[in-house]
Amino acid sequence: MRYLLRRLSHALFLLAGVSILAFLFTALAPGTYFDEMRLNPQIAPETVTALRAQYGFDKPLPVRYASWLRSVIHGEMGFSFAYNGPVAPLLLVRARNTLLLTITATLLAWGIALPLGVWSADRLGRLPDRLLSWATAGLLVIPDLAVALGLLVLAVRSGWFPTGGMASVDFETLSPFNKLRDLALHMILPVTALVLSSLPLLVRHVRAAVADVLNAPFLLAAVGHGIRKRTLLYRYALPAAANPLISLFGFSIGVLLSGSLLIEVVMSWPGLGPLLLEAVLARDLYVVVGGILGSTLFLVGGNLLADLLLYWADPRIRTESGAR
Amino acid sequence: MRVRRTFAKWLVVLGVLHGMVVCAGFFAPYDPVEQDRQSPYLPPMRLHLLDAHGHLHVRPFVYPLRLRESSFDQFEEDTTEPHPVKFFLRGARYRLLGFLPLRMHFFGGENTRIYLLGTDAYGRDQFSRLLFGGQVSLFAGLLGAGVTLFIGWSIGAVAGYYGGWRDSLLMRVAELFLALPWLYLLFALRAFLPLAVSPLEAFFLITAVLGAVGWARPARLVRGVVLSAKERDFVRAARGFGASNGYLLRRHILPETSSVLLTQAAILIPQYVLAEMTLSFLGLGVPEPVPSWGNLLSGLQQYSVLVSYWWMYLPALAMVPFFLGYLGLASSFEERGAVYKIESRIWGM
Repeated sequence: MRYLLRRLSHALFLLAGVSILAFLFTALAPGTYFDEMRLNPQIAPETVTALRAQYGFDKPLPVRYASWLRSVIHGEMGFSFAYNGPVAPLLLVRARNTLLLTITATLLAWGIALPLGVWSADRLGRLPDRLLSWATAGLLVIPDLAVALGLLVLAVRSGWFPTGGMASVDFETLSPFNKLRDLALHMILPVTALVLSSLPLLVRHVRAAVADVLNAPFLLAAVGHGIRKRTLLYRYALPAAANPLISLFGFSIGVLLSGSLLIEVVMSWPGLGPLLLEAVLARDLYVVVGGILGSTLFLVGGNLLADLLLYWADPRIRTESGAR
Repeated sequence: MRVRRTFAKWLVVLGVLHGMVVCAGFFAPYDPVEQDRQSPYLPPMRLHLLDAHGHLHVRPFVYPLRLRESSFDQFEEDTTEPHPVKFFLRGARYRLLGFLPLRMHFFGGENTRIYLLGTDAYGRDQFSRLLFGGQVSLFAGLLGAGVTLFIGWSIGAVAGYYGGWRDSLLMRVAELFLALPWLYLLFALRAFLPLAVSPLEAFFLITAVLGAVGWARPARLVRGVVLSAKERDFVRAARGFGASNGYLLRRHILPETSSVLLTQAAILIPQYVLAEMTLSFLGLGVPEPVPSWGNLLSGLQQYSVLVSYWWMYLPALAMVPFFLGYLGLASSFEERGAVYKIESRIWGM
């Protein structure tokens, strides 16, 4: 229990640190959203000054940070100048879409990587394993951007999948089943891109971890007892190899998040990525801070989940002495 | 022995690729910003050895492209007359390595222009732009990685050697940087820097941002090496003989970190090239007309380009050999007995 509490407080500390860091960056920024307004001759300078005062831009940084914290507690997370409303509802919708994409991709990538890695480890050094190693190396060196754009080119030229957005134009008129189908069709491309970009490393790690265990004496003994191959691999070897893989799981969420930022923009998926890009270009400060914080929350949440899984899977951690 | 040979092999591959990019002026047939307004979005030309009559030519040649009848964007080869590819011929002025004024190009056409990867919206040669774009992207990657390694190395050395409150403070901050998804962090930093800048300023801005983002991981690795190195017997002996901190660091401890630094470099450089690509692709990096690998691809953000001009995608594939080279180099470093896994570091992106 103390282990979990420690991980939780660690996560909170990280979030607080990231928010302070983000605010420090804003202090270094030359120019704000209002500078563009100042150039507009139709807006009186007094109006701009009044606006700046209204949003607290004439106050020092700590005061601004405090008032931002207050608005976080009120569930607003600051104010978006471009959207003229509180940030939190904006972020919530986008974060939901991003989560939908990344969770699907994470599950799918692991669902493919585990059996493939185990299969490959079982045939270590033989032809199928070598072929797979070459394939993963090949995928590894193709940049995410190239994968995403290549899929888009393919989709556009073949016309098999919808190529942008999250829903068809007539989405509102569809029956619930068709709505689901429409959503799934739109998810195919971005999810494929995400899975392809994360799959090679996952497969390689699973293979390495399982191959490490396969030589262990207890597995030789199990072979000697005549236990079936599949039981051997999945019931005996995989749990023994699980520890590094669980840590990797937490990590993979972060990587998928970074990857999804780019892929969302390329495939115009209405997630956090495009929102953040727009906000950067418009200098919509609180949206940027909110977007960064949201993504950090996902990442920290993913690591926390991995810690939980580790706690559940590894008795050594439960008996504090083995805890880091 | 075998390991050393694969290492040398990858080094040669990378050397050749980088050589081509460094001498872009020579290998590229045209100036990267030279426009051919008559032929926007020309598809790639094919190099032939067999002509339309079935005759074999020793010298490769191309057929010029012409518009297909009753079409406004479909091209076909005009097979009446082959145009041979000439080597080492005079063409556009350029400066080799930035100072040597030359006019000789590796290849080109005499009466026709040869577009190996097609042309873009302004009729600029994509092949030339790819080579020149490599100069920007690869140099940004190298410089950014250098900055990162320097920052990470100094911080790691200080944290590891002096320990105490410095160590805890620096490592807490490092954890903070590691907690952020790196692309978001990159965005955040870029967000608060000026947007409309000249290409050169943009280049240094990006390099600085890249350099500032990734220091946490090398810092932690260097710290680990320094921590173990400072307890080694020969270091303690040297300290016993009255060696100063500066001498110990310089002479005994920091040389131990060299293999970590080299491996990190092999991982960071392609990662940063990729980061520069991403930023430029999204319009936050090096602006037109200067080519970079990112903004070569940014045309693909338009649906019409994606539908009609598939060859605009080709530059994305041309980068793969570079990444392959760096991956090979990194894994041969690993085989040489580095103690940690390369791949988990790549994960840290």
